Amino acid sequence: MHHPGVSYEGKSVSRAARDPLWSRVFLIAGALVFLGVLLVLPLATVFVEALRKGLGAALETFANPDARYAIWLTLLVAGISVPLNLVFGLAASWAVTKHDFRGKSLLLTLIDLPFSVSPVISGLFLILVFGVNGWFGPMLNSLGLQIIFAVPGIVLATVFITFPFVARELIPAMESMGREEEQAAVILGASGWQILRRVTLPNVRWALLYGVLLCNARAMGEFGAVSVVSGHIRGETNTVPLHVEILYNEYNFVAAFAMASVLAILALLTLVAKTMLEWRIQRLQQQVVLERTRHRDPALVGPQP
Amino acid sequence: MSLAALNISKHFGKTTALDNVSLEVKSGQLVALLGPSGSGKTTLLRIMAGLDFPDADCGARLLFHGRDVMDLPARKRKVGMVFQHYALFRNMNVFDNVAFGMTVAKRSERPSKAEMAARVEELLAKVHLSGYEGRMPHQLSGGQRQRVALARAVALRPEILLLDEPFGALDAKVRKELRKWLRAFQEEEKLTTVFVTHDQEEALELADEVVVMNNARVEQSGSPQEVYDHPASPFVIEFMGNVNLLLRGRKKPGTQPTSLYVRPHDIEICQYVSGHTLEARVLHVFSAGSVGRVTLEYLETGEMLEAEVPRSEVDAMKLTAGQLVGLRFRHTRVFAKKDQQRQELVEVPYQHPGDAPQAEPAS
Repeated sequence: MHHPGVSYEGKSVSRAARDPLWSRVFLIAGALVFLGVLLVLPLATVFVEALRKGLGAALETFANPDARYAIWLTLLVAGISVPLNLVFGLAASWAVTKHDFRGKSLLLTLIDLPFSVSPVISGLFLILVFGVNGWFGPMLNSLGLQIIFAVPGIVLATVFITFPFVARELIPAMESMGREEEQAAVILGASGWQILRRVTLPNVRWALLYGVLLCNARAMGEFGAVSVVSGHIRGETNTVPLHVEILYNEYNFVAAFAMASVLAILALLTLVAKTMLEWRIQRLQQQVVLERTRHRDPALVGPQP
Repeated sequence: MSLAALNISKHFGKTTALDNVSLEVKSGQLVALLGPSGSGKTTLLRIMAGLDFPDADCGARLLFHGRDVMDLPARKRKVGMVFQHYALFRNMNVFDNVAFGMTVAKRSERPSKAEMAARVEELLAKVHLSGYEGRMPHQLSGGQRQRVALARAVALRPEILLLDEPFGALDAKVRKELRKWLRAFQEEEKLTTVFVTHDQEEALELADEVVVMNNARVEQSGSPQEVYDHPASPFVIEFMGNVNLLLRGRKKPGTQPTSLYVRPHDIEICQYVSGHTLEARVLHVFSAGSVGRVTLEYLETGEMLEAEVPRSEVDAMKLTAGQLVGLRFRHTRVFAKKDQQRQELVEVPYQHPGDAPQAEPAS
């Protein structure tokens, strides 16, 4: 991040305004050590441990049907919950930013609820509602539907946990866009759907993509809530994070870390994509600033070259 | 197409935005809604466009050519609107912005690609932006964006055009040029136009009729000349331009206090004091320009006055600070409270000293 005018290399900053050398070295070194111990080292350990007995041993993990099933289940759960939350998030942020209604602040608070509630509690809550002894348990049982300790429960837990990601990214983006463009479109005869597709979405597409990315990363990595509702049945209700835990508890370290590196690689890819998106969004914002400054340019009336 | 908005009231929570406002615009006329910010003028415009709605129980009606359109949603009212900040679609180029209304029309009403292109070309030529089809909004200057917004607003051939502070974000020079151009455009297209502004000069210069709004109400409406020459209330006088205010009879018990308004160019300065003039002292003379601006002290009360007199008179009388002069008011407006209890103001006659047998009624 560059701050105009506060460049440390630049001579524009007076000596007095600078921190002394020792303090800068101390702060930067401190930050690096912190990052190294808490972030880089654990991440490296994952890969090192996975490859301890060679690449072949690590790859063998993925020959196991339970491991393959866990990966497939994780993709399935993410594949269901991300699109669902894309729609929910879009609807919620559209409602919150483009309309005024009673209970708007309540809705905003509710959107954030999954962030503030411990995932374990969310899982327990689902058991309370859909479990065999829960509110809807007997009814679901008589219909032959199983939600808890089955895939639907895992999907529900994941949807709940990842609900805020898309909405949280979209709300500020839509807010900064204002409502005038949509109003102009209405007056020109556009329907709600046409406005969403042609005016609103193109303007927030990067924020939307960013939200989907974060939502996906969390959907694939969620442990707590999924752990409570899954029942840990191998080959049936084990997602990748749950499978890692089981393998680890069985002292099968190579397999555990090999599975974990799948998640780690996913995290790294997400990070790269996120950085690229941020860079892109920043450029768009600079363009907006540029636009605002140009706003004051004198314009000439009459034919122009 | 004529337009009438009748009995419009609008509350936002406890604040009153519009208090039983009525407005009629004849076909092809250009009407200015003039008022300070917060006077309700933009709300009224938005209600006409269908972006806001009046209170449910006020019996409001909105007639386009005699037909009540209040229940029609904004997208079916077929008005053109230009927003204060233009609201161009930032993700579309100039062509797509102007063509937007045609592209979202029902398939049966949608013009062919060639017709669309021809219409856009015609409109861009009218707003002097031919060749700008491929530009994005952020590549245009403020005045150019304003004209794109106007072309977009009239692309579907509306008969009613609504403009919200159309020149607000432009600098003075561009604003003046665009004003003339807009008037010509409006007349050529025979558009019934309502535009909102807080600039009285703009309203007087552009409009066929000026509607002055204040505190959610219409203070006065009429032709620019009527409103300027015969302002109906102290608010209108003060809003329509520089004016001097003399308070009279405040300190004398038993007399009715009045407010006397006189515009700087309605003050005549005489070199000698007589029975027909008021006595004043020159405080300052500013005469760089075609008119001389003279600051005066009215000796009877010590109030300050500003007068505008032709340069030739300033030079002929050799006006200098400290000089004693006589004043005559060519045109004044005097307001007094209707009675002691109520705040309502009525106009009372004013007679200049020496002009009539009896003395001034108020002092």
